[in-house]
Amino acid sequence: MESVVFIFSLIDCCALIFLSVYFIITLSDLECDYINARSCCSKLNKWVVPELIGHTIVTVLMLISLHWFIFLLNLPVATWNIYRFIMVPSGNMGVFDPTEIHNRGQLKSHMKEAMIKLGFHLLCFFMYLYSMILALIND
Amino acid sequence: PSTPHDKLTPAGSIAPEVSQYPGVNQLSSTLGGLSLQHSQQPESLRPVNLTQDRNILPVSPVLAPVPNLNSDLRKLNCSPDSFRCTLTNIPQTQALLNKAKLPLGLLLHPFRDLTQLPVITSSTIVRCRSCRTYINPFVAFIDQRRWKCNLCYRVNDVPEEFMYNPLTRSYGEPHKRPEVQNSTVEFIASSDYMLRPPQPAVYLFVLDVSYNAVEAGYLTIVCQSLLENLDKLPGDSRTRIGFITFDSTVQFYNLQEGLSQPQMLIVSDIDDVFLPTPDSLLVNLHESKELIKDLLNALPNMFTNTRETHSALGPALQAAFKLMSPTGGRISVFQSQLPSLGAGLLHSREDPNQRSSTKVVQHLGPATDFYKKLALDCSGQQTAVDLFLLSSQYSDLASLACMSKYSAGCIYYYPSFHHSHNPAQSEKLQKDLKRYLTRKIGFEAVMRIRCTKGLSIHTFHGNLFVRSTDLLSLANVNPDAGFAVQMSIEESLTDTSLVCFQTALLYTSSKGERRIRVHTLCLPVVTSLADVYAGADVQAAVCLLANMAVDRSVSSSLSDARDALVNAVVDSLSAYISTASNLQQSTLIAPNSLKLFPLYILALLKQKAFRTGTSTRLDDRIYAMCQIKSQPLVHLMKMIHPNLYRIDRLTNEGTIHVNDRVVPQPPLQKLSAEKLTREGAFLMDCGSIFYIWIGKSCDNSFIKDVLGYPNYASVPQKLTQLPELDTVSSERARSFISWLRDSRPLSPVLQVIKDESPAKTDFFQHLVEDRTEAAFSYYEFLLHIQQQICK
Repeated sequence: MESVVFIFSLIDCCALIFLSVYFIITLSDLECDYINARSCCSKLNKWVVPELIGHTIVTVLMLISLHWFIFLLNLPVATWNIYRFIMVPSGNMGVFDPTEIHNRGQLKSHMKEAMIKLGFHLLCFFMYLYSMILALIND
Repeated sequence: PSTPHDKLTPAGSIAPEVSQYPGVNQLSSTLGGLSLQHSQQPESLRPVNLTQDRNILPVSPVLAPVPNLNSDLRKLNCSPDSFRCTLTNIPQTQALLNKAKLPLGLLLHPFRDLTQLPVITSSTIVRCRSCRTYINPFVAFIDQRRWKCNLCYRVNDVPEEFMYNPLTRSYGEPHKRPEVQNSTVEFIASSDYMLRPPQPAVYLFVLDVSYNAVEAGYLTIVCQSLLENLDKLPGDSRTRIGFITFDSTVQFYNLQEGLSQPQMLIVSDIDDVFLPTPDSLLVNLHESKELIKDLLNALPNMFTNTRETHSALGPALQAAFKLMSPTGGRISVFQSQLPSLGAGLLHSREDPNQRSSTKVVQHLGPATDFYKKLALDCSGQQTAVDLFLLSSQYSDLASLACMSKYSAGCIYYYPSFHHSHNPAQSEKLQKDLKRYLTRKIGFEAVMRIRCTKGLSIHTFHGNLFVRSTDLLSLANVNPDAGFAVQMSIEESLTDTSLVCFQTALLYTSSKGERRIRVHTLCLPVVTSLADVYAGADVQAAVCLLANMAVDRSVSSSLSDARDALVNAVVDSLSAYISTASNLQQSTLIAPNSLKLFPLYILALLKQKAFRTGTSTRLDDRIYAMCQIKSQPLVHLMKMIHPNLYRIDRLTNEGTIHVNDRVVPQPPLQKLSAEKLTREGAFLMDCGSIFYIWIGKSCDNSFIKDVLGYPNYASVPQKLTQLPELDTVSSERARSFISWLRDSRPLSPVLQVIKDESPAKTDFFQHLVEDRTEAAFSYYEFLLHIQQQICK
């Protein structure tokens, strides 16, 4: 049972890592002017909800399987994702808004956020890997 | 050849001899210590005791501070009307800027109407190879063949063609060429600067013809104005024009040359609007002129019996976009109510009971992203959308304004518009339309602001779309649009004593020429906090803070924005007081350059955009915010702090002569009811509107000689013009008023207000120094600031 939980979390975490890398690549393309703001934002906005769902599933799974430490580790990031999604002003075209992304240093802050998430997901990946191996051995 | 040191010229000058080319930056870096940074501007640093000194408002309008440069550079420097910085002495490091607690930014009015503009038609436009800065008066010429960029310090070669000066027909004097002798120039751009052949002028008018609109009666005024100005629309032989009307369906007009009369085509499928005919909806102005005139004459009467109350603005805009996307141009939308049908429909969000709320003011942001998406689509196709909102009820301007904000359009608002019940608004619409239709226009424009290495721009304010980190996309550029930017100091400016800023606006003129208008501003760098305060430009700082406060109100909350404005004054004055440590703590001291800062911030807090506690309609508030973001500084300052003059006792003292006319110059009065007297008449210049307030016991001779009525009681409530009477005081008054009028492009409306008229509040709300039930008086505000500083 344990091992199933961790195998699933590992796969989910892999997907989240790929997603973070995709965000970073798209944002740096925007910085270097390879794509325009409109297409960058529509690409990224498409993946905001899947990322949110993916991360929330892992968090809930950890809660259900009573792995408190990992749950508490994932909770702030999941809450931040949900908060960011809910607090989008009604006039904006999603979390990434093309009119504001170049204004007010938003591009930098989004890039920083994506980097932090990448680091976090990598850390979690190794944690799940270790726990999964441990669980598989113990089974 | 002798070295620059032999000359001992002050830093930054250009030596008169041709054989020497001591560059501006070269000298300044070698003679750094000798540059003019010692005890500069003692007058602007003079401490002013605000709580004791009751009369801080100068008697003549405040002028922009002159940067502390030597006289040669000062002469060459850009006019402050086009380009102005909040700090005329730039701090050397970000730490110094943070200590001063003043915002650092630029206020621009790049496309302003200029009487004198050097236009350069040379085949090569000399630009720096790395940062692409245009050559300007502040570059350094190193020997005759090379020049050093003043923004990135790269040494570039002077092209062969540049060595010849067409004006003086001389060779070998590149620094005498007009590009290097003028800080505001216009280049004619070659085809390298075009992505496509320059577009023609294309104008589309989208008119609301629902029952509401017909009731308000704006259509007659618009059609009349168009008929009068049809020949004066900027453009050439390729100019195109089109019309769309809408209520619950969208109507197009076939104006194909050769038809006997205009043909109306109705599209009622508003969920999927399509263009009924592929062409002849946007027609050549000259070829179809007769048809267009017929249409304009017939339009006001076509819808008089309409019973349609719905307004399908969204579908009409989608149709307009489809029509304009091949070419780009300008869409002028006239709307009279909430859009109630089809895409982009809006709901009434305002709660009338919350108008005087002191707590949270809601719904300052748009309700839907439809108009923003539309604006971005339009901006991508080089189309700007201008909005004329003529509504009597709440129309959610917060959402509608988005269509203009991101497509570089402009917004005009006429609350409670009615063609007969509200003649002031009708007159304003007429005047605005005349200016709007005939003013200069630039199409498919982009703007870039470059600064010296070390400074960077991070936030942009105005009606524009930020396409990339420093490229601003303006589908249309008009001479009444102002912009503001905020800067930060990324690297310390240690190796230079001068910084420069350059705005380059690339646009297509209405005659199909691709042009680049370049403004360059040069400012000194300082290292001491006292010098930073000495060079503070209080009006520019207030306007930039106003822009920032609007952003804060929308993203966070109105009370946050208000607190931030008060904190701006508190922080900067307390930083000043702590540097001048020999001053007493019990009074409020400000440097002379910032003595008007608390007054202007108080006026801003009482502005419609930010005031709480006084009943303010949401649309009025949003419009005031839009104005703050899009007006140039000169106009914005009049909006925030109008000029008050006494006009019933105009004398010849201090008159000036302008064009054979003698113009009296009455002193400015404080904006306080204590300056008003029952026996006087006062003129308040609010920028786009003049109020003349007549006291109850006003001198009968004034009423007779200037207003043309026998006594006070006979003056009508809605007088909007001064008659041309043959008396001395009438001459003086009219001369003064027309001098004020001529000093700005948009002709203001005049409103005469008697003391007991219901319109009295319009006048009295601008008396910012007085106490109201919801806000401080000026003196109380000073005490409040003092209290906050001492905490």
